[in-house]
Amino acid sequence: MSMKATVRQVDSVMVVDVSGRITLGEGCSQLRELIRDQLAKGNKQVLINLADVTYIDSSGIGELVSAYTAVSNQGGQLKLLNLTKKVHDLLQITKLYTVFDIHNDEAKAISSFEKS
Amino acid sequence: MTSEPSFVEVTLESDLKNLEVAEEIVRRVAGTAGIGEEIEHQIEMAVHESLINAIWHGNKNDASKCVWLRVEVYKDRVEIRIRDQGNGFNIAEVPDPCASQNLLKVSGRGIFLIRTFMDEFHVRYLPGSGTEVTLVKRIDPAHQSK
Repeated sequence: MSMKATVRQVDSVMVVDVSGRITLGEGCSQLRELIRDQLAKGNKQVLINLADVTYIDSSGIGELVSAYTAVSNQGGQLKLLNLTKKVHDLLQITKLYTVFDIHNDEAKAISSFEKS
Repeated sequence: MTSEPSFVEVTLESDLKNLEVAEEIVRRVAGTAGIGEEIEHQIEMAVHESLINAIWHGNKNDASKCVWLRVEVYKDRVEIRIRDQGNGFNIAEVPDPCASQNLLKVSGRGIFLIRTFMDEFHVRYLPGSGTEVTLVKRIDPAHQSK
């Protein structure tokens, strides 16, 4: 199953609902383009919802790091929502769990962003 | 010495589109060892990362080259060998992705994940023919389903 990503706006936050596989190739480049588009539109508050991600590889993890860095460099915030156990474990193993701001509740995640 | 393993051996075109096919083969063969879903997933991830290394780094994404995969199931372990037609790499030179200066790097986590998920990981350069990695996951009889 390839990756799918849709964007919806909640208050000032762009919520990106991702499903499927974030892996080297199509999945990673799709996510990269989506984040680049949002930044180009001036949307610097991004919440990536990973609830329906079935598989992520080292390139997918790298793409999350890349997105985090790109948004942060533009003075924005990128947070993660609803990690599956597999993604949660991978972020812990790679010591990235402390880098990302991770939430399990969408409403609380939205309210944690700075009001623009 | 353990008894003869059951095994599957395939040669694949060096193309990322073959990743899922190879992973499915590994999943099915490793599944016969009765090792449980979590261990199967760890093996699948290690194979995925090894195949990416073979296709992307070893064979430089050249579809005219091949990747050879062999999965062996013994009573006490699952052993996987993956061979590319590249020039190999020095595992000692692979940086630690968890070091603070590398934490926000986009790449460089593949080998780390393979080593984390598998009990053994060996790299062997075969002069004139390529590089072979061997991944071993030992089977704990206590967690083995009948």
